[in-house]
Amino acid sequence: MKTVKVGLGTCGISAGGEKVFRAFQDELKERPNSFVLQETGCIGMCYREVLVEVSNGSGEPYMYGEITPDRVGQMVEEDLIGGKIIEDWLVTGEGREVGFFENQTRIVLRNCGKIDPGSIEEYIERDGYKGLEKALKNMTPEDVIEQVEKSGLRGRGGGGFPTGMKWKFTRGAKGDKKYIICNADEGDPGAFMDRSVLESDPHSVLEGMAIAAYAIGSDESYIYCRAEYPKAIARLRQAIAQAKQKGFLGEKILGSDFNFTIKIKEGAGAFVCGEETALIHSIEGLRGMPRFRPPFPAISGLWEKPTNINNVETFANVPWIITNGGEAYAKYGTEDSKGTKVFAMAGKVKRTGLVEVPMGVTIKEVVFDICGGIIDDNELKAVQMGGPSGGCIPASMCDIPIDYQQINKTGAIMGSGGLIVMDSTTCMVDVARFFLTFTQEESCGKCTFCRIGTKRMLEILVRITMGEGTMADLDNLEELSGQIKNASLCGLGQTAPNPVLTTLKYFREEYVAHIEDKKCPAHECSALLTYTINDKCTGCVVCAKACPTEAITGEKKQLHTVHQDQCIKCGKCYTVCRFDAVEKV
Amino acid sequence: MADNNTQEFKPFNVDLWKYDGKKGALIPLLQSAQDTYGYVSEKAIDYISHVTGIASADIYGVVTFYAQFRTKPLGKNVIKICNGTACHVNGARPIYETIQDELDLTYEETSDDGLFSLLSVACIGCCSLAPVITINDETFGRLTPPKLRKVIRSFKRKAKELAKQESE
Repeated sequence: MKTVKVGLGTCGISAGGEKVFRAFQDELKERPNSFVLQETGCIGMCYREVLVEVSNGSGEPYMYGEITPDRVGQMVEEDLIGGKIIEDWLVTGEGREVGFFENQTRIVLRNCGKIDPGSIEEYIERDGYKGLEKALKNMTPEDVIEQVEKSGLRGRGGGGFPTGMKWKFTRGAKGDKKYIICNADEGDPGAFMDRSVLESDPHSVLEGMAIAAYAIGSDESYIYCRAEYPKAIARLRQAIAQAKQKGFLGEKILGSDFNFTIKIKEGAGAFVCGEETALIHSIEGLRGMPRFRPPFPAISGLWEKPTNINNVETFANVPWIITNGGEAYAKYGTEDSKGTKVFAMAGKVKRTGLVEVPMGVTIKEVVFDICGGIIDDNELKAVQMGGPSGGCIPASMCDIPIDYQQINKTGAIMGSGGLIVMDSTTCMVDVARFFLTFTQEESCGKCTFCRIGTKRMLEILVRITMGEGTMADLDNLEELSGQIKNASLCGLGQTAPNPVLTTLKYFREEYVAHIEDKKCPAHECSALLTYTINDKCTGCVVCAKACPTEAITGEKKQLHTVHQDQCIKCGKCYTVCRFDAVEKV
Repeated sequence: MADNNTQEFKPFNVDLWKYDGKKGALIPLLQSAQDTYGYVSEKAIDYISHVTGIASADIYGVVTFYAQFRTKPLGKNVIKICNGTACHVNGARPIYETIQDELDLTYEETSDDGLFSLLSVACIGCCSLAPVITINDETFGRLTPPKLRKVIRSFKRKAKELAKQESE
C-alpha cells in the first residue's frame, strides 16, 4: 500500500494544502484502506506548493507538485490504486528540478518535510533525543560546551557570536537560578526559516534547548515566539506535552538529576524584540525597549538572573552536533564559519523556498545551481541579505563565498537567512526606501538618532523616489547614516542605515538617475514614469473617469490616450484598468 | 459591533484569567482580552490594572508599544496586505492602491459601515505566491489589480447582502 504525505507548513496551507488533505480524506472514506494518509511540515519547495510525496515502502519516494483538490481523485485512481505514476505532475525524479535537493546539505532541515511534526515517535525513529541522552549519560556539562566550541557553531540569528563561548559565560556566571531563552521572534520581512523549523520539526529545537540547559546549569526556559505564527505555537505546545510525557522534559530527565521545563511566551509584534535585552523586557511584561550592555544577559538577564539566548536555528543544530561530535560539524564550511546555513529564498528567483547549504558555497551557486536562476531568465542584479539590518550585494560580487567575514566585507550581514533576489526590474532606491520605512516604524524611540534620524533619512529617500531629490541629499544620507550607527544603543539602530549605505555604494548611478535625469531605470517609482495606453484598450472609459486631472480622453469603445502635459503620474489609471491596457514606461 | 459601554463587563477568558501575582503576566492578559473582545478596551485596561496593581498608564504604554494590540474594534471582514520583501518586490503597492480605491480605506482603518478593516502585515509566509493578501482566513495569491478588484467586489456584495438580511 502506498503512503501519501501532504506538505502542511504555512506556505502549503496558504496554497491550499488543507483542502487537498481533506480531498484525500474524502477519497479514503470512499475507498477505505486504499492508501495511507499522513501530513508533514515544510518540504522546502515553496514554488511548487501544494506538494504531495508518495512512497510505496520500497524504493525512493517521489513527489508531485501543484496538486489541487480536483487533481486528488485522478491521483488516487491512477497512481495510488492503479500504480501508474502521473509523469506530468512529478517534481522530483529523472530530468526534473535537478539540483534543488541534490546541492543542499541538510542538518537543521534534516527532518523537515520528512516526518509528521505531530509525532514524537517519528522524531525518535530518526535518532531524535539521542543527543540529549548522550549528553546526560556520557558527558559532563563541560564536555558538552567543549563539543559545541569545537563545532565552531555561531549564533544563527544574525550576530554570529560563537555559541560555545556564550554558553561558557552563562555557565560561569554567579547565581543558582539561570534561564534559557529561545528567540523565535523572527521579524525580518522575507524570512521564514525559523517558522518552518518550528512547524516541521519542533522537537529538534526542544532537544537543543534541553542540551543547552544541561550544559549551562539551567532548569527553566522560555520560547519567545511571534504571535503571527499560530501554527508554530500550536506545534510547540503539542511537542512540549509529548516530550514531558516521554520523560525528555520535566523532572529527573532520563533517570538523571537534571530537571528542565519550557514555557511559551507569545510576542506581541515588535521587531525590536529580536534584540536580546528588548526581548527580556517583553517577557517581563514591559515595553520591549533595549537597554545598555554590559551587563550582558549572560551575567544579568531575565529577572536579573544569568540568561542564555539563542535563536531557533542555532538550537536545531545542537542535537546533531552532540550526536555526531563537534568535529563532524566543523568539517563543513570555511575557516571562519563552520557548518551549514539555512536561507529563505524569495524575490525574482525561479525556485523560492528553503535551502540549506554548507558555509563557503558562493551566492551565485545558491541562486543558479540550486534555485534555477532568475525568473524569465533575466539578469541577476543584486541579492539582499540580512533584511532591514543587511544590505544589497551586487551581482558582480556574488562570487564570494557565504561566510560571516566575507559577507560583512560587502557591507551586508549574514543575518538570519532571508535572501531576496533582485533583477533589472527592481529599483534599488525603492528597496532602500522600503527597508527604511520598516525600521523607521519599528524603532522603539529610545535613542534620538534612531528615532528621528531614520525619519529624516526616509523623508529624503521618498523625495528622491518622487523625483524631487538633490545631489546634496546623497551627502546628507551618508552623514545621517554615520550618526545613527554611532549613536544607537541596539542592533536595530546600528544597522538600520545598511540598506541605504550599500545601495549608495554599489548603485549610486541609480540614485543619480532619479535626481538628475528624473528617471527610474527599473520603471518602479511611479512619479518618474510615463503612462501610456496600448491597443488592449476597449474604450470602457473607466480610466478617464478615474483620472483626477482629466488627462485621459477618448470616445466610448475607442482607444483612449493619456495627455502627458496634464498627467500627474498618480498611477490611478494603471490600477483601475481591467484589461492591462495601461503601460508604465 | 455591540457597544461595549452598554454591556456588563465580564472578565475575559476565564481559563487564562487566573492572575497569581507572577511577574510578566501583563502581555498574556492583554492578549486574552483581545482574543475575547477583538480589541483592548479602556475597561479591560482598568480591569487589568485593578487586579494586577500595574498603573493604567503603564498598561496603556505597553498596549500602544506592540503592533498586535488594538484599541478599537475591527470590521467584519479583515483584509491584510502582506508587505514582506518578496511581496514588495513583486508589487504590493499596486495591490494597496487598488484596495484603497475600491474601499476608500488606508492602513489601520475600518470603514464607516464596519464591514471592512485594512491592515498591513510584515510577512504572511507564502512568498512564493507574492503578492498576497488575506481576507479573514482565506489567502489570495499571485494577485494583479484586475484580479483583486473581482475578489474585493465579491466580498462587498456578500457583506452587503448579509447586512441586508440581518436588518430584515
